[in-house]
Amino acid sequence: MRPHAAIVGAGSLAPQRRTEGASTLGMLARAAKAALDDARMEKAEIDGLLVGPQVGETPQHVPATVSEYLGLQPVMSNVVDLGGASGPGMVWRAAAAIQAGMCETVLCVIGNHRNPEPPRSPNRNPIREFDVPFGASGANVSYALLKQAHMARYGTTDEDFALIAHWARANAQNCPEAIFHGSPASVDDVLASPMIASPLHLFEIVMPVAGAEAGIVTSAERARGRQAAWLLGAGEKITHRAVSQAPDLTSGPLKPSMDRAFAQSGLGVERMSLLSLYDCYTIMVATTLEDAGLCTPGGFGEFMRAHDFGPAGDMPLNTHGGQLGYGQPDLAGGMTHVTEAVRQLRGAATGRQIADPEFALVTGNGATMSEAVALVLGTDA
Amino acid sequence: MTDLSTLKVPGPTVIPLTEPFWEAAAEGRLVIQRCGACGEAVFYPREICPHCWADALSWEEASGTGWLKTFSTIWKPGHPGWIPAVPYTVGLVELAEGPTMLSHILGETPEVGMKLTLAPTNIGGRVLPCFRPEHGVE
Repeated sequence: MRPHAAIVGAGSLAPQRRTEGASTLGMLARAAKAALDDARMEKAEIDGLLVGPQVGETPQHVPATVSEYLGLQPVMSNVVDLGGASGPGMVWRAAAAIQAGMCETVLCVIGNHRNPEPPRSPNRNPIREFDVPFGASGANVSYALLKQAHMARYGTTDEDFALIAHWARANAQNCPEAIFHGSPASVDDVLASPMIASPLHLFEIVMPVAGAEAGIVTSAERARGRQAAWLLGAGEKITHRAVSQAPDLTSGPLKPSMDRAFAQSGLGVERMSLLSLYDCYTIMVATTLEDAGLCTPGGFGEFMRAHDFGPAGDMPLNTHGGQLGYGQPDLAGGMTHVTEAVRQLRGAATGRQIADPEFALVTGNGATMSEAVALVLGTDA
Repeated sequence: MTDLSTLKVPGPTVIPLTEPFWEAAAEGRLVIQRCGACGEAVFYPREICPHCWADALSWEEASGTGWLKTFSTIWKPGHPGWIPAVPYTVGLVELAEGPTMLSHILGETPEVGMKLTLAPTNIGGRVLPCFRPEHGVE
């Protein structure tokens, strides 16, 4: 299949632990401008807009609000609401809209501030009614339940999982913007960090930060001759929302999503130069490595010991530090795996560039291992 | 151990559809829905059957038994009202009828795979369908 579209620009705001009086709209504007500058395109070329949900600040009419703020009048726009899979989910939707002839160049932008008053609206969903009253509030509990299930089924150990956090922190040392730049962590450091929700330790959990990420997706015609990360394949699957309703606790919807993305691209996982894998928690990386077929179910620990996951290693993984090392800029966290892959494939990952990159696997994950998007990106059409 | 009944924690956000579940819970019982068309048991309560979309759900008394699929012992709760209760355990209970629910798990040494039985417990002034180990670890 010939690719229909490519990512030709990426923009990121450095993650910040806190903001004071920042507006999400303002942050989105700065990330969008950075991506457009990176693409060396003109604002007038943007005719499509995909944005994330903005609970609290702009609960409705988000595309119109963002368009107006940016002075855009898009002929295709929408909200992509897939949690941490929203960023990758925007990329294939942009390509699909371009292929359908609805637009030619799409701005995909997502982010959030961290002002003292968190912009959250009251939930009235089944999780609020049937999980919260028993003492299960927040994502930590859900991923703790998933990690415990994995350990119980396969006998995997805390040391196995700690290796994932250790490598994320190690790679963050090559990314000056990362929130844990200057703070590496050994396996022992991870294991010695406080228990938050057993069996999850603090260093196995992302640090929430403010931030925004943007990408410019354009048609094959316009991408030709530019530094581009081509969209070679994509897959998506949504299975549930509450962890109690998960059809499987040790394998997730990323498995069929990655299968589909690889099938579309005609490539196998062994061809990937970079693994840019969603890592809200260590367990998410473990399950994704296994679901990708990089190791056997339950075998990720051995895999983590057998490879070097740094930019000069044999298996580069989350070279920006992943969200475990970079910080999680709310829903934009998933987009960092896209923007990092774009930089690596375009040879622009200064200070952490991998040698001769050809292909990257990007994954996004939302809610309780519920919402999955996988992308295969490549340097050539 | 903290008396859970004294916690200031969020209770269920009951709607008319789910009232039978919470009314039974207050009486120390567990009720779930079953579809009259496909026969599947359903939790959490729905308007129509999520399996076959038939409009044929009715309430039935659940056996109150199940097994622990996974659990987490919470040291840093997501809601501050739970801080006096730490460490406490929540888990996923696969009910004998089939569906899985999240619940509060009583007892000090939970283990994946253990059989559980319903243990109605007052949390924050409301009796909720919690679970405890049935015969210890299998």
